[in-house]
Amino acid sequence: MAQVLEPRAMGRDLVRRDGPDKIRGTAGYADETPVVAPLYAFLVQATIARGRVLDMDLTDAELGEGVLRVITAATAERLASTEDAELAALQSAEIAFRGQVIGLVLAETSEAARRAGELVRVDYEQDPHDVTLAADRDDLYAPDTVNPAYATDTYDGDVDAALAGADVVVDQTYSTAMYHNNPLEPHATTALWDPAGPGFLTLWDSTQGVHPTRSAVQKVLGLDEQQVRVVCPYVGGGFGAKGRPHVHVVLAAMAARAVPGRPVKLALTRQQMFSLAGYRTPTIQRMRLGADRDGHLQAIAIDVVEQTSRIKEFAEQTGLPTRMMYAAPNRRTTHRLAALDVPVPSWMRAPGECPGMFGPEVAMDELAEALDIDPVQLRIRNEPDIDPETGKPFSSRNLVACLREGAERFGWAGRDPRPAERLEGGWLVGTGVASSIYPTYRRAESTAIIRYDMGRYTAAIGAADLGTGAWTVLPQIAADALSVPVEDVDVLIGDTAHPYATVAGGSSGTATWGSALVEAARAFRDKFGTDPDDGDAIAGSAGPSDAAQRYTMAAFGAQFAEARVNADTGELRVPRLLGVFAAGRIINPRTARSQLIGGMTMGLSMALHEQSVLDPRFGHVVNHDLAEYHITACADVGDVQAHWIDEEDPHVNAMGSKGIGEIGIVGTAAAVSNAVYNATGVRVRDLPITLDKLLSALPD
Amino acid sequence: MLVDADITLLVDGTPRPLTVDTRTTLLDALRQRLGVTSPKKGCDHGQCGACTVLLDGRRVLSCLTLAVAHGGGTVVTADGLGRDGRPHPVQRAFLDRDAFQCGYCTPGQVCSAVGVLDEIAAGRPSAVTADVAGEPELDHDEVAERMSGNLCRCAAYANIVPAVLDAGRELAREEAW
Repeated sequence: MAQVLEPRAMGRDLVRRDGPDKIRGTAGYADETPVVAPLYAFLVQATIARGRVLDMDLTDAELGEGVLRVITAATAERLASTEDAELAALQSAEIAFRGQVIGLVLAETSEAARRAGELVRVDYEQDPHDVTLAADRDDLYAPDTVNPAYATDTYDGDVDAALAGADVVVDQTYSTAMYHNNPLEPHATTALWDPAGPGFLTLWDSTQGVHPTRSAVQKVLGLDEQQVRVVCPYVGGGFGAKGRPHVHVVLAAMAARAVPGRPVKLALTRQQMFSLAGYRTPTIQRMRLGADRDGHLQAIAIDVVEQTSRIKEFAEQTGLPTRMMYAAPNRRTTHRLAALDVPVPSWMRAPGECPGMFGPEVAMDELAEALDIDPVQLRIRNEPDIDPETGKPFSSRNLVACLREGAERFGWAGRDPRPAERLEGGWLVGTGVASSIYPTYRRAESTAIIRYDMGRYTAAIGAADLGTGAWTVLPQIAADALSVPVEDVDVLIGDTAHPYATVAGGSSGTATWGSALVEAARAFRDKFGTDPDDGDAIAGSAGPSDAAQRYTMAAFGAQFAEARVNADTGELRVPRLLGVFAAGRIINPRTARSQLIGGMTMGLSMALHEQSVLDPRFGHVVNHDLAEYHITACADVGDVQAHWIDEEDPHVNAMGSKGIGEIGIVGTAAAVSNAVYNATGVRVRDLPITLDKLLSALPD
Repeated sequence: MLVDADITLLVDGTPRPLTVDTRTTLLDALRQRLGVTSPKKGCDHGQCGACTVLLDGRRVLSCLTLAVAHGGGTVVTADGLGRDGRPHPVQRAFLDRDAFQCGYCTPGQVCSAVGVLDEIAAGRPSAVTADVAGEPELDHDEVAERMSGNLCRCAAYANIVPAVLDAGRELAREEAW
């Protein structure tokens, strides 16, 4: 059991330290790095989905005023490693997906670079492509593991026999769409190759992890760790899209190496982000639930079909939450992939849990209706004593408390379960509920240095603040670990010049980096006591979590939604979303609330708006901009509330905190779909819930 | 054939002479030519609002505005809104309400909110104004509608609307601002 810190600064509602810069726009993002006389890079992309480049005519492009050069596969440097096919930029003529980078223009201005890119003429040899995901494909395969390293399939008991003997069975197929993360700041890298400088390559890159980015780039380029520095004080949103370096980082580095001493700026356009920056695979989920008359689940099964790219596998762990949500003696989860001629999928906020709590939580609503049991009660009735998958105890599990408190706050009592019974001023009104879960991860290794100078402590660690509040929250942890006022603590993050930090992903940042800060603070006090001298400094590292061997650790939540559907037009509004979460100690309620309501609102966006439409004829996302890929806008959002229960968990880490960056998006879409059903009697099993799916089925 | 033009912009109170390609947007003129990076590039197509600045007193999408067409114009970015070292009431309200996370859309949100409050005060109706001939109210629906051109992927909307309402009420009290 970790020794839990006494909270003094932790738990305080402190204003963001980076707030004053952000409200003025003076917090510097990657593309804004003040460098002298940069060159601008523009990427040329393939317009076929499979085949090869036969010839590129650069004549007109290179004639453009201010155009320095055009780099193609024919002229690009040979990379040291092409093991990661996504990062193997300009290494061959082969095309594996539409939008793949086939050239890079360097010019004195962004206008000149872009125009030259448009003037590149390409001859292709085109092969037939296949970008269509379907559950009945004959080439589906089982990956070795699913992200990051979970078993692909799990079986327990005899699901078929249990379903055959169950009083009530739900057997339905659900689907989630292809989604693009779309952080507001497009991916951008400013790169400088300076053989004369202290480091050879400096990358100011918008990334969720400066050290992981450095590791990837140094390997691809064949450089030593000391030859690459990655800097990123601010990230204009990531949501997983900046968790792993994408090809533009390598291209920026290659471009910089082609013009030593000259800085290069490369920013993806919004359109390019739809093929080069990762996305969430569409999923098809066949759910089977079997229960007895009292609502006790006898069998739970989810069979997931999803896609990956032909050149690099990413297997989203969509079946994962089903493994631990509810008790049932007979269980089955499987994942099958289709490798298609599509861009490379990757992390998007709560990979696995987010899509993987849509089908199951709508299915639970269908089961509740079939049994005539309240959906909140059905979930409580199937609360497991231990993790049904592993048999381990939970370090803490307060789903039931979240459901009860949420029901109370939302006004769930007395809810009319009959669908399509409430018409108010031409609008059909309904409510729905769904559960949330997100595993509590702590990564194996991060290091912090704490230094004392002139009455102040400075903690340095290569962490990232994506808007998550790290600039503010890490000082709170360090202050409590050092037993000093938070006002006396500064932090330095976002630079590989600071000690190694893991990626801001899997809602693990605060837990991992905070644990390193706590270790550094303990080492500092052990060595220097409470009256240190100026310049005293020491490092501390977070090791692997022993408790993770003994316990299943996860945050839980319950989300409630109200839907109003216009009885004549099918227009759908969600005036209320309310979530209650159990996520251990909340270190800063202000930034935590913003993360949770942000996740819930992104879940609302998934429920109502988001869908990347892949054209099977050409293999590209046709709605590849923010006018057509709809995300929630201000007027789509009504009353969004996030609450939490006081949860003490001494096992997770010294802060007692669980991650909160992702759980907010988990379950929201199911809660909305369930509310829409209660409002209209139309069960929408395929996201997004657009009015065409409601209109024809609305009651007269 | 390319054509360059010499213009001067008054940016956050400072005259800034510069040479622009006639293709150069106001956003790129600010960010790439002048190093004024408070307005952000989120889409470059007028779809996200991150580039919003106040041009001659009105909110505009600087990525859809050609710089050459606005020589002599007055540009105010979020970095130029404060006075005497104090943030604008809209900015203070954004801080107080935690109306942002990553901060990338924030300068555009702030400039847009200043424009929205001016428009409501001037009596200009929106799509949700019940009586287009009457005075629009400073309320949730008016603000949410008028701020919907400024996307926030962190989804701080539930804090942004109260922040703009707070600022609107404060501005109504402090006519001196």
